[in-house]
Amino acid sequence: MKSRYSIFSLARNALHYHRDWDQAWRSPEPKAQYDVVIVGAGGHGLATAYYLAKEHGITNVAVLEKGWLGGGNTGRNTTVVRSNYLWDESAHLYEHSLKLWEGLSQDLNFNLMFSQRGLLALAHNQHELRELSRRVNAIRLNGIDSELMTVEQVKAFCPILDCSPGKRHPILGASLQRRGGTARHDAVAWGFARAADARGIDIIQNCEVTGFRMASGRVEGVETSRGFIGAGKVGVVVAGHASVLAGMAGLRLPIESHPLQALVTEPVKPVLHTVVMSSAVHVYVSQSDKGELVMGAGIDGYNSYAQRGSEPVVENLLNALIELFPIFSRLKLMRQWGGIVDVCPDASPIIGKTPVAGLYFNCGWGTGGFKATPGSGWVFAHTIAQDRPHRLNEAFTLERFGHGYLVDEHGAAGVAH
Amino acid sequence: MLLIPCPYCGPREEVEFACGGEAHIARPANSDRLSDAQWSDYLFMRKNPKGVHYERWNHARGCRRWFNVARDTVTHRIYAVYKMGEAPPSVTP
Repeated sequence: MKSRYSIFSLARNALHYHRDWDQAWRSPEPKAQYDVVIVGAGGHGLATAYYLAKEHGITNVAVLEKGWLGGGNTGRNTTVVRSNYLWDESAHLYEHSLKLWEGLSQDLNFNLMFSQRGLLALAHNQHELRELSRRVNAIRLNGIDSELMTVEQVKAFCPILDCSPGKRHPILGASLQRRGGTARHDAVAWGFARAADARGIDIIQNCEVTGFRMASGRVEGVETSRGFIGAGKVGVVVAGHASVLAGMAGLRLPIESHPLQALVTEPVKPVLHTVVMSSAVHVYVSQSDKGELVMGAGIDGYNSYAQRGSEPVVENLLNALIELFPIFSRLKLMRQWGGIVDVCPDASPIIGKTPVAGLYFNCGWGTGGFKATPGSGWVFAHTIAQDRPHRLNEAFTLERFGHGYLVDEHGAAGVAH
Repeated sequence: MLLIPCPYCGPREEVEFACGGEAHIARPANSDRLSDAQWSDYLFMRKNPKGVHYERWNHARGCRRWFNVARDTVTHRIYAVYKMGEAPPSVTP
């Protein structure tokens, strides 16, 4: 058993110049056979493995990762956590996730720097304000905190927002979810990895899945760059590469892969204490604990697997930022990057079984998967362990595209993501 | 930034265009007799390849005409541009 992280272990290791820390997780050789193989060691995959062990006692599990753990969208998002979704199905799923977030640092014994600094979604015209108030009411009916703010309240809550009335896109009001906020995204991958490893789960990096071995409609294991690995069940959580993996199993998905860009400015002193998002001018921004402003906007409009996007999308994002915050106009940008997101037609995820017995897919989170990391892993672990979806994810099947019961969250909480 | 050769106007910057997604998806003629799965396949399922993608583009801020593009989704290299109704050219990356 690993030693726990605490103020005492920090002090003890400081005395030894931090040379004696335990490694956070092992790098084992893959075994020939596992009960469950999870493909993809991002936040969702590692969370799935962790909850398989913790909630269902299944520890003969491997998590296979093509590159390094947390190197995909887990390390590329803008770290926003919230649960202000319109429809009941999504609201319950994301709220379950938010409740897990609220105890997750303690549960994993890893500081995720989870900060419930509030999330402000702006309205810029009368229609948007009415739509926002409808959403606030729907969200509150589901027992989730959400409140509507007047422009005066917005100004008092976030004084650096330009709330002057003569603007091209004046701010008329906002919704606020006070329990929303941010978390340190890398720490989420590392925390789940360390906690899963401590429960005996093998995390195998630099191991690319190249195919599935199937017999009479049932999965028997995965072909990988490190040889065949047998598995009773296989869970695939690979975000932008979902269609590629599905193709290996002969399945088609309603998913298209797009770049989603994000960028950070140079670090400055604390100036923005909350998350601000606007769907009309289209930007979302928060300030990291290092002082950088972290921001993103919409996807690039064409299919891509390139983990980079086009410059016009960045220009639109920055126009929107300066429209809202003229105070930021002199900041320099430090870094810009892209991740490949798996966009579903109804902007809701697919978490469930496939026509192949023992093969499960968790994909389609699109632009908003980070906030769902613990909840996604929790319901996916249940789905794999019990071979049937949990009540929370039974609406998010692949079959919904056949019978037509879509969960349309394109306007999720008033933003496109 | 993509430089897209519109078959009618020549090479123009990406901002003049709108991507219309996967090309060569024909609406089934017998839609009244399709099963839910077949209809769903037409309506929602996509190839989404990692590699050459045959897709539709619209020169929205130019001649406003639609055309097809064969483009690699990893390198973003455009291999071929061809008009609506033409068969997709075979492309070797």
